[in-house]
Amino acid sequence: MTGTTTAAPDVMADDVRVGPRPARARDLMLWTWRQLTSMRVALVLLFLLAVASVPGSVFPQRRTNPVAVAGYVEAHPDLAPWLDRLSMFDVFGSPWFGAIYLLLFVSLVGCVVPRSFAHARALRARPPAAPQHLTRMRDHRSFDTPQKPVQALDAAAAALRRHRYRIDRTTATLSAERGYLRETGNLFFHVSLLLIIVGAAVGGLFGTRGTVVVLEGAGFTNTVTQYNDIAPGRLVDVADLPPFSLELVDFTATFATEGERRGTADEFVAEVRYRTAPGQPSTDRDIRVNAPLTIGRTDIHLLGHGYAPIFTVTDGAGTVVFSGAVPFLPADGNFLSTGVIKVPDAQPEQLGFSGFFLPTAMIDEQGPRSLFPEALNPAVVINVWKGDLGLDSGRPQSVFQLDTRSMEQVRDDGEFVTALLADGQALDLPDGLGSITYGGYVEWANLQVSSNPGLPILLGGAGLALVSVTLSLFIRRRRIWVRVTPVGAGGSVIEIAGLDRAHGGDLDTELDELAAATARPAGLGTGSKGSDPT
Amino acid sequence: MSTDALSNLLLEAALVVYAGAVLAYLAEILLAPGLDRVGVAHRRTLVGAAAETSTRAGAEADPGRVDPSASLPPTAGRWSERGERAGRLALPLLTLGSGLHLGAVVARGFAAGRAPWGNMFEFAVVGALVAAGVFLVLERRYEVRYLGVWVSAVVLGVLGFAVTVLYTEAGPLLPALRSTWLVIHVFAAILATGLFTIGALVSVLYLMADRQGPAAGRGRLGAYVSRLPDREALDRLAFRLHAVAFPIWTFAVMAGAIWAQYAWGRYWGWDPKETWAFVSWVAYAAYLHARVTAGWRGRGAAGIALVGYATMLFNFIGVNIFFTGFHSYAGL
Repeated sequence: MTGTTTAAPDVMADDVRVGPRPARARDLMLWTWRQLTSMRVALVLLFLLAVASVPGSVFPQRRTNPVAVAGYVEAHPDLAPWLDRLSMFDVFGSPWFGAIYLLLFVSLVGCVVPRSFAHARALRARPPAAPQHLTRMRDHRSFDTPQKPVQALDAAAAALRRHRYRIDRTTATLSAERGYLRETGNLFFHVSLLLIIVGAAVGGLFGTRGTVVVLEGAGFTNTVTQYNDIAPGRLVDVADLPPFSLELVDFTATFATEGERRGTADEFVAEVRYRTAPGQPSTDRDIRVNAPLTIGRTDIHLLGHGYAPIFTVTDGAGTVVFSGAVPFLPADGNFLSTGVIKVPDAQPEQLGFSGFFLPTAMIDEQGPRSLFPEALNPAVVINVWKGDLGLDSGRPQSVFQLDTRSMEQVRDDGEFVTALLADGQALDLPDGLGSITYGGYVEWANLQVSSNPGLPILLGGAGLALVSVTLSLFIRRRRIWVRVTPVGAGGSVIEIAGLDRAHGGDLDTELDELAAATARPAGLGTGSKGSDPT
Repeated sequence: MSTDALSNLLLEAALVVYAGAVLAYLAEILLAPGLDRVGVAHRRTLVGAAAETSTRAGAEADPGRVDPSASLPPTAGRWSERGERAGRLALPLLTLGSGLHLGAVVARGFAAGRAPWGNMFEFAVVGALVAAGVFLVLERRYEVRYLGVWVSAVVLGVLGFAVTVLYTEAGPLLPALRSTWLVIHVFAAILATGLFTIGALVSVLYLMADRQGPAAGRGRLGAYVSRLPDREALDRLAFRLHAVAFPIWTFAVMAGAIWAQYAWGRYWGWDPKETWAFVSWVAYAAYLHARVTAGWRGRGAAGIALVGYATMLFNFIGVNIFFTGFHSYAGL
């Protein structure tokens, strides 16, 4: 798993490890372990991981888009149950995806641990002794110098030290090695991947994420009941959420009014007033896309927005049985929004309304439409149902849908009752059922409230990964040996050889420089005595 | 003239000049005689730059090679001379083209009033510029003339595709994209993509050279392939390109995650773009491992590099067409 680039036979030389399959149980376990930690298997696991991720982009995923999954299931009633059995709608939480990355990380640990010990030994070890015949190596230099052996070695050592070599010196030889950081980087890179997994796990266990729809003028207190949905980490006590509260003072969305981009969003601003705890002074802040609000360790992001038309419903007895703003869900780019009003207290029968909100209303042969996302000419279209809303049936219900199984759409002279209402207009219902009045709108913001204590670990892991992968790819591991043999009156024969773990570097240049530096030492009288020692 | 119009004009000029560079490189290859002594000699000078392998490569190139120059018509020499003359124009044309290209990108930045890589069109344009730039840098440091025809053709193709299919008027970005992280995250992605592109080209050439082997191929393509540096030098160059690109790609993904955490409160959501970025990352990680795994060195590794590049391309084009996700405002 490790060893991105070292071509030399290292601790993890995979060829050595993968032998024939042995018979005895203990050997079999050892063999399995060696297989698992071999580079070849790591490579296969990497492949599997890549391939296994692909369905996660092909099929809608429950974690990110449950609505799309429901739509897919509806559209493919035969295929969907099978896909579901194969976890295709939750690929990244599926047992087989987990199995692959678990195996990959076992393989990684099995590789990193022995390599770390080996590297620790290598870090303490001295550079290997000079081979007997340096001139037999592929990259070598050999020349005479008038200097004494000790001077020549001094000069060579100084030059090597400048290049940050670790040097081991005997009377006649120098052994030098550099580039230990390559393996250090390699090992740390793999450790940092483990760190990232740990960070993700900490976030999953101790983090919380929830969303809440807040109407303009309304507030939100950070308790579990206030959320539209919340996914607390496994080890989070939801009774213990930080006690802040906020109020949505104003929400503004502006859109481009001309050109190619007409109707696309220019800016969203949610103006909020928040308190870090009850009794604390309040602070005003704007939340924008790309500019979340952070309260302590909790981030509040603006995810979406929409309109909430305000309705008043009076029942057949003349009682006001409903009054308030109802969030409608945007259904298209021009914010044609849909929603329902449930009025269980209406007499003589329960009432339900389904409708559209049209920010810039237009009705023609195509039916009701919105021409622009901003509320330039707002209106609502209302349809009326009566009967049993089914709220007491025990079946779970969405606040955005009517369960019309026990309801009937209200008719007047055989025609469905429907109306387009502008601000202040009312629709009187037939048969003494009452009336509904549309009284303007407020906007709502969909806020995501999240905290993730795994983030510092993740960030640390990511930074470490980046630095260490760079070291492991760009540090060159190199050994150089120098041997001096005295000749004649005070002169020497110098042999220099170098060895790279990977080919294709500037070894030649470095050997030339070292040869030059060794031949004429700086600061010492160059031509001390004796011209040609041969 | 508005800066937007100036940018478009410069792009068109760059297209024309790049086309000239492609033609010049092609002329050099196509007008060169088939396999003959000139080709062999040329090969030697190319390989000479990759010093330590020159003797082996020369030995590989010579034996058993027929000398077809004996049967060449007398005009062949004149043609190959013209080819060489055309070839000398290629690099200056490519340099000029990328100068115009750079001018177009800068003008686009001024026209839009932001970093000029906010949509697919701009991504493709800047990516092509990075590819051309990487080649020009390589050309100064190594002997990579043999790459010129491919690089100029790819740059021309990408730029042409961008201008004809992806073109979007310069304008401000959606609110979601207005962030310093866009500048960092997307630029890192473009840089890595440009490097991976050149890396993929070298890997293709490696596979071509490997397929042909020491036994000479036939015809002009054979002549071209025989003038390539030896396989080890190609493998090394491919590795270096990928080794530079991989940390940059890693950074691009991480910067994206940091931005996602900041903007959406979730650093990773397995949206299709993220998933494919991950797939590419894993594929290139596999490449780096394959290079040191017995049985996978060489051909296997080069193949994996190409699979990695295919996933990059799919992420750039396919994901925007087939899937919707958090990255679907790319403008296609």
